[in-house]
Amino acid sequence: MVEIKNLVKNYGNKNAVDDISFTIQEGEIVGFLGPNGAGKSTTMNIITGYLSATSGTVTVLGKDIFKEPMAVKKQIGFLPEQPPLYVDMTVLEYLSFVFDLKGCDFNKREHLNEVMEKVKILDVKDRLIRNLSKGYRQRVGIAQAIIGNPKFIIFDEPTVGLDPVQIIEIRNLIRSLGKKHTVILSTHILSEVQAICDRVIIINEGKLIANEKTADLNRVVGQSAKMKIKVAGPNREVLNMLRTLQGILRVESDGIREGDTYSYLLETNPAIDVRKIIFNALASHSWPMMGMESVEAELEDVFVRLIQSTQGKER
Amino acid sequence: MLAIYKREMRSYFTTSIGYIFLASALVISAVIFSVSTVFSQSADVSVYFSGLIFVLMIFLPILTMKSFSEEKRTKTEQLLLTSPVSTTQMVLGKVFSSFTMLAIFVVLSLLFLIPLGAFVGEDTSGPNAALVMGNVIALLLIGMCFIAVGVFVSSLTENQFAAIVITIVALLFMFAINLFNSMIEVYAIRVIFDWLSIYARYQVFTYGIFDIGALIYYLSFAGVFVFLTVRVFESRKYR
Repeated sequence: MVEIKNLVKNYGNKNAVDDISFTIQEGEIVGFLGPNGAGKSTTMNIITGYLSATSGTVTVLGKDIFKEPMAVKKQIGFLPEQPPLYVDMTVLEYLSFVFDLKGCDFNKREHLNEVMEKVKILDVKDRLIRNLSKGYRQRVGIAQAIIGNPKFIIFDEPTVGLDPVQIIEIRNLIRSLGKKHTVILSTHILSEVQAICDRVIIINEGKLIANEKTADLNRVVGQSAKMKIKVAGPNREVLNMLRTLQGILRVESDGIREGDTYSYLLETNPAIDVRKIIFNALASHSWPMMGMESVEAELEDVFVRLIQSTQGKER
Repeated sequence: MLAIYKREMRSYFTTSIGYIFLASALVISAVIFSVSTVFSQSADVSVYFSGLIFVLMIFLPILTMKSFSEEKRTKTEQLLLTSPVSTTQMVLGKVFSSFTMLAIFVVLSLLFLIPLGAFVGEDTSGPNAALVMGNVIALLLIGMCFIAVGVFVSSLTENQFAAIVITIVALLFMFAINLFNSMIEVYAIRVIFDWLSIYARYQVFTYGIFDIGALIYYLSFAGVFVFLTVRVFESRKYR
């Protein structure tokens, strides 16, 4: 449905997007993952026709964005990083403006009501956007994107700056939109992708480094697990003892101390459940375990692992 | 285009920029009117109308300063540029909305003439219909050019204050070259300056004569700046 081929974008000498190709099938929710400055926004801006590419093609539903921009733009709903809101308008006025702007040809009042109900902003429809909270503004931004029922919706970092409750609401909203629309979602938060997306495209420094089903990504991510434990006992001896245990790849003390309790960061082999091993070993020394938690893989870890694994394949 | 036009018109009156423009421009016009007719005991309105040009020169940039600077600053231009509206339509929507405000101002500024009409006998030099019509058309045309320049400048910067200052300076420059152009020796520069000098062709209209050549000139002048504005947006894509 969306096909991107050899996309390149240079800003002067800087290579913001470097030969990226991928396709997106109808009905997919695709996560676009990368650290800040990786080229996510640039790629999205090119797909939406806001920027032009240095070379390469973007085809949406068989139409080239550079050759038939009007036809393609009609099929795309876009929520940029900063929602494009006119704060001097009320929500209803703003959405009605977007409706006219997109030249939609169905019943305006019905459609706007439907959209506002979907993103749950009916209660604020007569308020000035200026006076809305960040979470509501984000929803108005989403409403704007889905007006006109575009086949394809692009969200650029939709949960940045929201509080945890709002994040969950927005994620649920995006997931429900994914049932009817094809969605691209950019983020730098790994767990967000794992929570919402069917597939993940990872880019770093303008290059595509992974294009995997989310489940497959979890396998890559899961190649080694991290956990944090707290033990009451002599720091150095505990450290040395932990290093001898089976299934533990790396141990370091992270320097946090409460009384005689120290905490340690462990990297373990995911094939072995080390929890019992650790517990028994500590028990045999009568060093009480004060806490144990698993640490989620960070985006950086995934990058390191992905880059390592692709280099491994090349060899 | 209509959607953008409507939004602009609405925002002129909700952000009070429109009222500020109309009120302040009309106050200054009233002063010019009083001085040039009532106090000098004259029914000749040509001074009044040429004064209005300067009023437009100072106050129209207030209308145009926001047009794209604001959109750029608040990123709302991303909505316009990714919606199925062409860049030309977007620019024209802005230009026409400012033009509507200009037309409202010109109509209101004519109200001052009504009491003057009472003094016009059959043989006086007071306002006659052809002369007023000529001046109105001239104001609308020259104002349209100011708007096109203002919109162009505002597409270049996200600082509204810079937009307004640069626009006024540019318009003053165009006025000034009218004065010293004849002193320039190099023919090529004179031709360019002559083209930029939007005031030179204004005179004909004030005699109540309709000059097709000047009309075409003003339309193409505004057209060139609309085109340049469109190019600004197109070229930004490739930046």
